[in-house]
Amino acid sequence: MQSDILSTQSLVRKFGELTAVDQVSFSVAEGQIFGLVGLNGAGKSTLIKMLITLLAPTAGTAQVCGFDLMRGAASIRRAIGYVPQLVSADGDLTGYENLNLYAKLYDVPSDNRRYRIREALAFMDLEAVGERLVKTYSGGMVRRLEIAQSMLHRPQLLFLDEPTVGLDPVARSSVWRHIMNLRKEFGTTIFLTTHLLEEVEELCTDMAIMTDGKMVACGTPAELKATVGPAATLEETFVHYSKVSREAAAGYAEAQLARRTARRLG
Amino acid sequence: MRSHYLTKVFAVLEVEMRKLERDPTDLATRALQPALWLLVFGQVFTRTKAIPTGSISYEEFMTPGILAQSVLFMSIFYGLSAIWERDLGILQKYLVSPTPRSALVLGKGLAAGVRGVAQAVLLTALAMAVGVHLSVHPVHIVGVLIAIMLGAAFFSTFSLVIACLVKSRERFMGIGQVLTMPLFFASNAIYPVTMMPKWLQTISHLNPLTYQVDALRALMLDQPAAATSIATDFAVLAAATGGLVVIAARLYARLGT
Repeated sequence: MQSDILSTQSLVRKFGELTAVDQVSFSVAEGQIFGLVGLNGAGKSTLIKMLITLLAPTAGTAQVCGFDLMRGAASIRRAIGYVPQLVSADGDLTGYENLNLYAKLYDVPSDNRRYRIREALAFMDLEAVGERLVKTYSGGMVRRLEIAQSMLHRPQLLFLDEPTVGLDPVARSSVWRHIMNLRKEFGTTIFLTTHLLEEVEELCTDMAIMTDGKMVACGTPAELKATVGPAATLEETFVHYSKVSREAAAGYAEAQLARRTARRLG
Repeated sequence: MRSHYLTKVFAVLEVEMRKLERDPTDLATRALQPALWLLVFGQVFTRTKAIPTGSISYEEFMTPGILAQSVLFMSIFYGLSAIWERDLGILQKYLVSPTPRSALVLGKGLAAGVRGVAQAVLLTALAMAVGVHLSVHPVHIVGVLIAIMLGAAFFSTFSLVIACLVKSRERFMGIGQVLTMPLFFASNAIYPVTMMPKWLQTISHLNPLTYQVDALRALMLDQPAAATSIATDFAVLAAATGGLVVIAARLYARLGT
C-alpha cells in the first residue's frame, strides 16, 4: 500500500458569492500520474493554485508532501515543482540560462548546479540547443525545457497545468514520453490538469473529474468508466459526470484548444 | 539545503542584465526624450535666463534634473513587466519557488538601478559633449551612481506596488501616465523649489524625486545641497526605498492569484 503524497479535506475557496472549489476531499498516492479533468470554470485552476500555495483556502485543510498547507507553505514550495499552462520560459535567455535561474531560486548548491542543468537538458533531449535562445525553440522544446526547469531540485510532486496544450501530435507524444520517464527515473508523482481525454488515457494512472467546484469522480480511468457502463468510453464517462451533452463537451474542448493555441503562439 | 538570499537577488538581477546586454537598443530609444529636453528645452531656457539659477547656467542646473527625470520615466513603468510576467505564468513560478518575496522585489529594483545607471552614462556623455561642465571627481561620480541606483530602485518598486494593486496592463498604463508628470513638475528637476508657490513647495518636499535631484545636483555641479544636506538626501531615498521593498514584498503574492 502506497502512502498519499497529497490529500485534501473539505477544501473550499470562495470568491465573493462564487464558490469556485466546493468541499473537495481527495488524495493522490505516491508515484502516480494523476489527471484532473473538468470543463473550464469547474474549479481546476483554483484547486491547483491552493495546492501549490499561491492561494489560501477559505476553509478546509490539505497536506502536500507531508506538510500542512497553511503552516508548511515554505516546506511545500521546496518539495514541489510547477509548470504553468502558458509559455513561462524566458525567450530572451538561452535554455541553459533559464535553467540556471531556477537552479539558484531552488537552492541547488553551486558546485552541483552545472551537473544538474546538464543532466536536465540531457534528460529532456535538449543538450544540442542548450546555448540557443529559447525564442528559437519549437513549442514542444519550450515545454520540455519548462519541465526541465521544474525538476532541477528533484521535486517529489510535480504539478503540470495542461502540459500539452497547443502542441502538435508529435510534440505531444514526446512530452508524454518524458513525463513517463520522469516518473520511472526519479519516482516523481505527477499531478496534471488537461482538457484532452486522450492524454488521460495515454498517461494517467489515476484521474478525477471536477464539475461546478465539486470533485464528482475519482479513481483509475478503468474504475470510472465501469461506473458508467460496462463498455463506456472515457468520453462517455466525462460527459456523464460533467453533466453536459457530448456535442457541447466536444465543442467546448475544441474552442478552448484553439484559443489557448492562439495565445501560446501569439 | 540552505537558502541563499543574495544568490537569489543576484540571479534575478543577472537575468535582467543578460537581456539588456542582448538588446541595448532599448536604452538608446529611451534616451531620446531626455536628450531632447537637454538639447532643445535646455538651450532655449539658458538663453531666456527666465529661471534664476545663481552662479551656474540653466543648462548645468537642469542636467541633473533631466538625468533624474529619465530614470523616473524608465522606472515608473517597470511594474508593467511584472504584469506581463504574471500573464505568462513566469511570476507564479517565481512565487511557487522557495524564494523570499523580498529577494525577488529587490532583484528587480537593482536591475532597474543598473538600467538607470546605463542611461545616466549616455546622457551625461551627451551633456558634456554639448559643453555642460560637470564634476569628474571620483567621489562625486560614485555618489551620482548611488543616487541614480536608489532613485531607480525607489520608483521601480513604487511601480511594482501599483502593479500589485491594479493587476491589469490597461489600468496600469493609465495610472503610470497620470503619475509621471506630477512627480516631475512637483520637484526641483527643472526649476528651483524657491520659485514654486507655497503649496507646491510642500508637495515637492514629500516627493523623493526632489531629494534625488538635490543630491545629483550637489554632486555633479560640486555645490552644497540646496534643499537639505547630501546625507539627508541619501537617507530619505534609502529609507523610502527600503520601506517600499517591504510593502511590495507583502503585496507581490497578490499578482500570483
